[in-house]
Amino acid sequence: MFRNQYDTDVTTWSPAGRLFQVEYAMEAVKQGSATIGLRSKTHVVLGCVNKANSELSSHQKKIFKVDDHIGVAIAGLTADGRVLSRYMRNECINYNFTYESPLPVGRLVVQLADKAQVCTQRSWKRPYGVGLLVAGLDESGAHLYYNCPSGNYFEYQAFAIGSRSQAAKTYLERRFENFADSSRDDLVKDALMAIRETLQGETLKSSICTVAVVGVGEPFHILDQETVQQMINAFEIVGEQEGPAAEPDAAAGQEAAAEQGGSTDEGVAPMDI
Amino acid sequence: MPKEQANWSPYDNNGGSCFAVAGADYCVIAADTRMSTGYNILTRDTQKSVNYKCVMASSGFQADVKALQKHLAARHLIYQHQHNKQMSCPAMAQLLSNTLYYKRFFPYYSFNVLGGLDNEGKGCVFTYDAVGSYEKVGYSSQGSGSTLIMPFLDNQLKSPSPLLLPARDAVTPLAEAEAIDLVKTVFASASERDIYTGDKLEIVVINADGIRREYMDLRKD
Repeated sequence: MFRNQYDTDVTTWSPAGRLFQVEYAMEAVKQGSATIGLRSKTHVVLGCVNKANSELSSHQKKIFKVDDHIGVAIAGLTADGRVLSRYMRNECINYNFTYESPLPVGRLVVQLADKAQVCTQRSWKRPYGVGLLVAGLDESGAHLYYNCPSGNYFEYQAFAIGSRSQAAKTYLERRFENFADSSRDDLVKDALMAIRETLQGETLKSSICTVAVVGVGEPFHILDQETVQQMINAFEIVGEQEGPAAEPDAAAGQEAAAEQGGSTDEGVAPMDI
Repeated sequence: MPKEQANWSPYDNNGGSCFAVAGADYCVIAADTRMSTGYNILTRDTQKSVNYKCVMASSGFQADVKALQKHLAARHLIYQHQHNKQMSCPAMAQLLSNTLYYKRFFPYYSFNVLGGLDNEGKGCVFTYDAVGSYEKVGYSSQGSGSTLIMPFLDNQLKSPSPLLLPARDAVTPLAEAEAIDLVKTVFASASERDIYTGDKLEIVVINADGIRREYMDLRKD
């Protein structure tokens, strides 16, 4: 097709003034599983759908702690995401070493965007195939940014990326005006509801999602499975018929991921997701 | 032609003493809080110890001590990101040694003791020289007062000879409260004769319940 003539490498423009390789990289983000983020004045919540490839494997880590005040959730090529989070962690550590204060989120995001831009202007490189939702707190308040493979970044009140994210975005669009003054727990509830939207009818269980919070007086941390399951039950987010049965399901979840509470790995037969 | 001498030194000695003792299920680390230069006092209230899961106390050139502490803090954070847990005491001990040796030809003028609990919950103390030579011991002191403190400890804690086979554990059988008393006695004595030790004593105790800090006043002269 017309498109294919100018998409061989990232340093070739199309006649319409587009860089197809960069746009293809953004497609890779859409292939990743859903990731959402939302913020209030004092907290930012990140959530993602975490499905293992098969019953035998553990799921991919998609949320990374970057520093006490910054965390990132990724969608797309998770390997690229892992490498970028390592870069972000190093930048935070180096800034802290020099200035003895936490790296402002806005600065980190710009550095990340510049790093991504470099890959769009070198013939021997390829763009990073991962979208990052960066959640952080600094002196100017709570922030949520989205970094694309193109090197652009945007600040959001709430956003969703990855496959079936449109459903979550629709939910967030309806509710975002209330987020600024939401309490922390309400924010987490909204995050779980948004995740549920992307599951399209499938039961929401803590074994298939991961939620992380950062806020004033609360360093970035990933909530453990039990806490998440309790919140799901408490808000009755799970579909009606599954209500009480969901808890034993989640407790027998087959994750072997290090960051989840080890107490749930009881050796029970894996449930299908 | 006589060799040309430098007209300045990159180092200074800010004095002070530090000390650590390991018990069966605890570890006590102590350091005074006086920072001096020459015959002057720069501050009576400096902190010479730093915590992770284990505690490092250092004396010597405080600028190098501070730089070393920052360096270790950064490495510790990287470790936590990669391994999802804090560094154990023996791991930190090796890291400190490597970090010091890295600057073998322009050393950190920092004399350190590292104290904590090992993987079994038993107290352990590591003692260092300025370039990273280290050893696991039952107790150790470094700094300007160490010449006064060490012989007293050798007498009181009766450490077994390192030449004995099988290797005897140097961990003291004293109870935690007795060890803390010993620390206070030892520093009070050192302050009497060492002009660089005094003002206040900071005692850090690590046991199964966690880490806690205590302070005791010392002679201010």
